[in-house]
Amino acid sequence: MERKLLLEHIGVEGIHTHDVYRKNGGYSAVEKALKTMSPDDVVEEVKKSGLRGRGGAGFPTGMKWSFIAKPEGVPRHFLCNADESEPGTFKDRYLMEKIPHLLIEGMILSSYALGCNQSYIYIRGEYMYVLQILEKAIAEAYANGWLGKNIKGSGFDLDLAVSTGAGAYICGEETALIESLEGKRGNPRIKPPFPAVKGLWDRPTVVNNVETIAAVVPIVNEGGDAYAQIGIGRSTGTKLISASGNVNKPGVYEITMGITVEEFIYSDKYLGGMKNGKKLKACVPGGSSVPILPHYLVCKTAAGEDRLMSYESLADGGFATGSMLGSGGFIVYDEDQCIVRNTWNFSRFYHHESCGQCSPCREGTGWMEKVLHRLEYGHGKMEDIDLLWDIQRKIEGNTICPLGDAAAWPVAAAIRHFREEFEWHVKEPKLCMTKNYGLVTEKIFETVKG
Amino acid sequence: MSETNPKFKVTIDGVEVEVDPGTTILNAARLIGGDVVPPAMCYYSSLKGSGGKCRTCLVEVSKGSEKDPRPMPKLVASCSTPIMDGMEVKNKSSEKVMDARAGVVEMLLINHPLDCPVCDQAGECHLQDLAYEHGKSNTRYEFERRTFDKVDIGEYIKLHMTRCILCYRCVYTANQLTEQREHGVLKRGDAAEIGTFIEKNLKNDFIGNVIDVCPVGALTDKTFRFRSRVWYTKPMDAHRDCKCCSGKAVVWMIGDEVARVTARKDQYGEVKEFICNECRFDKKDKTDWTIEGPRHIDKHSVISANHYEVEAPAHTPLLNKA
Repeated sequence: MERKLLLEHIGVEGIHTHDVYRKNGGYSAVEKALKTMSPDDVVEEVKKSGLRGRGGAGFPTGMKWSFIAKPEGVPRHFLCNADESEPGTFKDRYLMEKIPHLLIEGMILSSYALGCNQSYIYIRGEYMYVLQILEKAIAEAYANGWLGKNIKGSGFDLDLAVSTGAGAYICGEETALIESLEGKRGNPRIKPPFPAVKGLWDRPTVVNNVETIAAVVPIVNEGGDAYAQIGIGRSTGTKLISASGNVNKPGVYEITMGITVEEFIYSDKYLGGMKNGKKLKACVPGGSSVPILPHYLVCKTAAGEDRLMSYESLADGGFATGSMLGSGGFIVYDEDQCIVRNTWNFSRFYHHESCGQCSPCREGTGWMEKVLHRLEYGHGKMEDIDLLWDIQRKIEGNTICPLGDAAAWPVAAAIRHFREEFEWHVKEPKLCMTKNYGLVTEKIFETVKG
Repeated sequence: MSETNPKFKVTIDGVEVEVDPGTTILNAARLIGGDVVPPAMCYYSSLKGSGGKCRTCLVEVSKGSEKDPRPMPKLVASCSTPIMDGMEVKNKSSEKVMDARAGVVEMLLINHPLDCPVCDQAGECHLQDLAYEHGKSNTRYEFERRTFDKVDIGEYIKLHMTRCILCYRCVYTANQLTEQREHGVLKRGDAAEIGTFIEKNLKNDFIGNVIDVCPVGALTDKTFRFRSRVWYTKPMDAHRDCKCCSGKAVVWMIGDEVARVTARKDQYGEVKEFICNECRFDKKDKTDWTIEGPRHIDKHSVISANHYEVEAPAHTPLLNKA
């Protein structure tokens, strides 16, 4: 059964305005929650739904909400993380641009559930035009009584404001986001204490991704149990996937969790197959931070089962033969793409975006980028490959925030699965500048399909 | 009072110690003293918010607590992780820790100029000690190192950013000891640097303390720069009547001359009583000071090689083990 929960009305003309959104069933979840449900009921529904964080880590949202400390007389805050900066991920932008009221409705529900009266949307600086869309939508919501004092006579007050970052990837990390929102340098905080205890201005705080918050709307509308019916296993509901790369139809797709990766890439309903009839060489299924999958592990797991679009199936086999669903930035590479160059490009990004607070990430990301640059431009040595492996190993797990891991994983996976190609770059320093590995060696990347 | 408070038991490298709840692993290790203490480059007990950044104090928690004995999945920064009752920690006894620490030292050194022969900090440099204990004799880094111009930040202090390891100690010192924000970190990643906004001067009665908290030779005393290697000077405990500070300091003598004045540091290189600029920079005459006697310098590789004290006080850990 194919259901769209978030993008159901995306095609309706004027859906970004309050009136059209309302006509299409908008804000009915808020009405329902404020009239018939207590805040704890909303939390309970979200718990039942099995919704997991859509920002990358996949932590159960209901559980995250239940961790929030509730000391007497201390206000709590709910923050929306719209600092979507992961290379390959652009689903939140699409959602906010097309249906801003869905996010606002989700914010009202979540804030109500957590008992927060002041919530913020932290949006990245590059999304300035989205900020204008959001601000217009918020003004409409205030004008129609969905925000402000005593919302629809329920006695619940909520103020919502949008704040922009200055374009730093690191501010998508929740504690760096909080620091930035407080007006400080966006350095991640040292945990513990966790934001659920001491977050924004030392008050209990919950930070959720845009898509997670939007998903609360269908959960309240249809009930947590109904939502949990959709999807597969512990990957419930639908997920927005931002697909890019060498495919016929890149874009944002809402998929039901549990469809096969093969269907997603090759069916006309989704990506419509590889562009120009090329062969698939590799795939990054969850944004630049997650390990890359080689052609033979994209559609099938190492055990020979169909790989599905779900948290569990994409992670099947651990990092040795699996990857992660991450934030859903699905990047597909055809046989003409150079993995060394791609890895260097990712590495360059993490080097540029490291906050510079802790030593392994500050120094290590730059070092990896330089070594990869050397390999890509034909000045590498065989030892460089082992050196890279050693550097990534010393960054991973030893840093304050997950940026270090995110920088290390793509490098590790590229070496693990495409070592041959790295070695070829060393052996053929001139050729690697002009031609691609696959073209020269006539290596055939046979995709293992179902 | 300690009888009424429940104490937490923690085992570090097989040595058991009882500490107050809320104590960090590092401070618990310091109560034991000796080899089980992880090195710390950025943590500074008297500076609020410091620590967690350099990652040299990483330890392995092999047992979370009595209630939840699962080990922690990652190595943790011992300076910022509070202990739990029944926790078991491995520092030197864990290969994983030693490997990660060697990695951190390597990372800290790749952009460090290694100009120890001309650096004023040599002999009392924490990075030198750390590299001596955990580093390798050669480097695998084959690229150009990051360099910055030397900057005069104020009348007395020279900033040599190339040597900086971004421990943030001086930033916390300035923020917490002085009234207005004096300087901070500009830019990010490996381009991050300590700076005053548009090269402003650091002017404050206590700003000289940033020199003492700097673990490397990034912030040096302009009244002492290039005058002598520290191990040729004789540190003496001394005091004077001062209106601003406690007046308790260490004067470093060359013959009968006072070459420089610093605050008194404990065995972990931490200042407990910060001194003012007047004591540090202006009182360079022996008659300004009441000399108490030789200062014992703990641990530091080069200076302590030059023991001249008549009778060196025995190494006393903070907690006497019965």
